[in-house]
Amino acid sequence: MPPAPEAPSAEWPRGHSAFRVREFRVVDRQQDTADTVTLALAPLDGQPLAFAPGQFTMLGRVGVGEVPISISGNPDRGLLVHTIRDVGGVTHALATSDVADVLDVRGPFGQGWCVEDGYGSDVVVVAGGIGLAPLRPAVLRLLAERDRYRKVSVLYGARTPSDRLYPSEVARWRDRDVDVVEVVDQGSPEWLGRVGLVTTLVPRAHFEPGRTLALVCGPEVMMRFVTLALLDLGVPPDRIRLSMERSMKCGVGLCGHCQLRELFVCVDGPVLDYATLAPLLAIREL
Amino acid sequence: MRTIDELLHEHPFFAGLDAEALQLIAGCAANRHARTGDYLYREGEPADVFYVIRRGRVAIEADDPVAGPMVIETVDDGEVLGWSWLIPPHQWLFDARALESTSTVVFDGKCLRTKCDEDPNLGYDLMQRVAQVMYARLQAARIRLLDLYGVPGAARP
Repeated sequence: MPPAPEAPSAEWPRGHSAFRVREFRVVDRQQDTADTVTLALAPLDGQPLAFAPGQFTMLGRVGVGEVPISISGNPDRGLLVHTIRDVGGVTHALATSDVADVLDVRGPFGQGWCVEDGYGSDVVVVAGGIGLAPLRPAVLRLLAERDRYRKVSVLYGARTPSDRLYPSEVARWRDRDVDVVEVVDQGSPEWLGRVGLVTTLVPRAHFEPGRTLALVCGPEVMMRFVTLALLDLGVPPDRIRLSMERSMKCGVGLCGHCQLRELFVCVDGPVLDYATLAPLLAIREL
Repeated sequence: MRTIDELLHEHPFFAGLDAEALQLIAGCAANRHARTGDYLYREGEPADVFYVIRRGRVAIEADDPVAGPMVIETVDDGEVLGWSWLIPPHQWLFDARALESTSTVVFDGKCLRTKCDEDPNLGYDLMQRVAQVMYARLQAARIRLLDLYGVPGAARP
């Protein structure tokens, strides 16, 4: 998969180190769900952080540590936006940050979705749970150039209605000629939408399999089943892109924490096409 | 106004079924409309019908005396609802409630079973179609049991 045009090269520019830590101030904090927040960050040095949809940063707090977090903001606007789920020590420190707190940022790292590869094609975006966060920049980029794509579908599965990310924004995507279908695992008395599994939405979405770019992000088991549904319909393996979650640490393929046999997810991924991933996903404990 | 076999011809569940077979099973079918909140069937009632959803959404749910109705899954346009008509004791296990205005084609299960008995080829074809729906729903239910969106490593509810 070729790198996105605006993505930094794996060869870092002279004077720029992958280990250079930049400070960003929290300028906005939204509580998305009970355990998930979205932070908007402004660089203290005034230099916006350019990134490609699908890339991640190493986000940290001094004295606590750093973790890889996908960028969930608009690639065409200034602030760095991260959606963080509070599931561990470092993510707890990040998710409980307040406005005006300062966080450390390294990156951006990795290969993104390369949504431009979908020019002239149908695009189907399948997200599960917090997997919508890494896909949001891709959707925003699709919307920014909506007329360059054919049908665009967003299929989103969440645990409950209150666990959905960005619900009002997702609803507005419908006004931009995007077929948005949401489904939850567990309904609620107020929920009149679909209850079921996100994979079951795939055969019902409107796209021409042979002319489709599929972008998938969510729990790995969910991605496996979504991929099977896409393959079953005839979407070519190299047109199915998955964002892999592994314990990225250095961000530049040195430490080996995120090694997936011959791949380093932090450099070769996190977005990889299924043709590349298929032989690796079949190996247990890899 | 379109005939029932024309409506069935457009429905994905019957895709590929020949015109003769469609006409045969259409003899067991009627149009039925459900308003929002209407129950298409309720737990414990005899399961003598099944529904083809043309438009709308139906919740399959179980009623809990404390929590109220708990939705297990929803069935939308292009899908079918109910297989208890096919399997003894032919009794509904859950409620089915229209979440929105819903247009269906309803089949008389007894009539359909009789036609399937008389024409084993038709019976086998319909069984295969129902089995595919059951298989897909069973697989989906199994995957949902994994609570994929829960906290990784946390105890399942």
